[in-house]
Amino acid sequence: MSPLLSLAYLVASILFILCLRGLSSPEAARRGILLGEIGMFVAVVATLLHKDIISYQWIIAGLIIGSGIGTAISLRIPMTKMPERIAFSHAFGGLATALVGVSEFIKTKGFVPRLEMGALGFEVFLGFLTFTGSIMAFGKLQGFITGAPVTYKGQNFVNIGLFFGTLVLLAVQVISPGAHPELLYATCVIGLSLGVMAVLPIGGADMPVVISLLNSYAGLAASATGFALHSNILIISGALDGSSGLLLSLLMSKAMNRSFANVLFGAFGTAGGTPALAAGGAARPYNEASIDDAAAVLKASQTVIVVPGYGMAVSQAQHAVRDLAAQLQKRGVDVKYAIHPVAGRMPGHMNVLLAEANVPYDDLFDLDSINDDFSRTDAVLIVGANDVVNPAAKKDTSSPIYGMPVFNVEQSRSILVLKRSMNTGFSGVENELFFLPNTMMVLGDAKKTLLAMSAAMKEGEGH
Amino acid sequence: MSEELVFGLYIFALATFVGYQVISRVPPLLHTPLMSGTNAISGISLVGSLVAAGSQHNQVSTILGFIAVCAATTNVVGGFMITDRMLRMFKSKRAPDAKAPGKEAA
Repeated sequence: MSPLLSLAYLVASILFILCLRGLSSPEAARRGILLGEIGMFVAVVATLLHKDIISYQWIIAGLIIGSGIGTAISLRIPMTKMPERIAFSHAFGGLATALVGVSEFIKTKGFVPRLEMGALGFEVFLGFLTFTGSIMAFGKLQGFITGAPVTYKGQNFVNIGLFFGTLVLLAVQVISPGAHPELLYATCVIGLSLGVMAVLPIGGADMPVVISLLNSYAGLAASATGFALHSNILIISGALDGSSGLLLSLLMSKAMNRSFANVLFGAFGTAGGTPALAAGGAARPYNEASIDDAAAVLKASQTVIVVPGYGMAVSQAQHAVRDLAAQLQKRGVDVKYAIHPVAGRMPGHMNVLLAEANVPYDDLFDLDSINDDFSRTDAVLIVGANDVVNPAAKKDTSSPIYGMPVFNVEQSRSILVLKRSMNTGFSGVENELFFLPNTMMVLGDAKKTLLAMSAAMKEGEGH
Repeated sequence: MSEELVFGLYIFALATFVGYQVISRVPPLLHTPLMSGTNAISGISLVGSLVAAGSQHNQVSTILGFIAVCAATTNVVGGFMITDRMLRMFKSKRAPDAKAPGKEAA
């Protein structure tokens, strides 16, 4: 590698680190992203001057097509679809690294030095696993694959067996590189199938962890590419991506009080059950409130905390939430938002949606900074959140979500729950909160309900 | 064990450490932009794809490289653009965005 190219890669690597550093505050973030863009530009231009690159027609075609697809998706996708877009981009990232590996293998006809062979095999395996795994995650988010865990007997055994089988395959290839080129293709096939099979048993509510973990795999695959091609910039960028994904998955698992193993192999959750029956066989009683009642409760409050969940994303209610909050604020009501780390389908999902609806980020509070405020709050408005407000997580040791940090919503004076129906949520866990005497259930589509509440509040103005 | 491998591992370990330190300072507020931002950065596998697509060793290699260039470019361009689009939306009360005048008063 020429010193000039190495130098360009060094500059790019430093700019990438500064880019991520910028993300430590919303004010500096956009400047950080600009630095990242410059870094990428420097790296790509320097690479195009590489002595191995002889022809440019495929490269130019690829750059044009890729830019076109990338631009089209970025400009048109609604914010509620961000988890799907992230999953989709992990798929592309995995595919790109895997194909680079296969291409390198074909180029050298399999006669790769041992170390490079190991890295190459690892890269191809992880790349293809990330590819199909992310497509599965995309399918589950989009709904064309069931969000419920798909399980069969011996499933974990098969998956773990395939993983160790891959390690054996890789070992054989490292010991005698070039002797069995077909083994690399076998590695590809296992990677592709393991990606599908590993995500099948994971439920929709665990998607934040899965997406973060796939992010981490995509990074590791890029790093392995760096080892195979002796490219430091690939090692560095892959390590940055990998550690980011790992950190996020750890944070997400912690926010659900579950271990990695439990998320990956636990097959947690159902598609959402029917209302549980009380001991006597009849449905448990709950308070159902009309829209006017709910609006009246909010109007009479001094302090309101909004707790959004995945339901807000599903019904695209973020703007309606904001409008209602604006009305309350106009009346002098103090409105805050409580954001749980695993609310939604990916890390930071709720923050982005509320930002889209023009909610200033000073009004958003995380679990630790707001949880003591609930006891001093007049009304809590829960928009499509379920597990993150389930008091069973705190006191019911038999509950599957026991130990998960949740909001102390039941301590506030009144609780308004906007929910589609009385069915249990994704995790299939019954929520005691809905049956408390100070809870009012407002059933129906969250967006419609919120708009109607806003209208009811406006009407009341003249009186 | 070759010196090159050890050198590579040095870089990997240090970069992971730096990454972990830098990223643990990112507030939960910005976790989605973080994901799409790191995704754009890991699109750096584009440099490997470029060499694969442009070195003309054989047809299959080139075509695989071409597909990889398409996929990686999609991530790089799309990743940076959507991250910026998201970050533009994050606004503070203290510094109201000039682009949305009168929204609070409406």
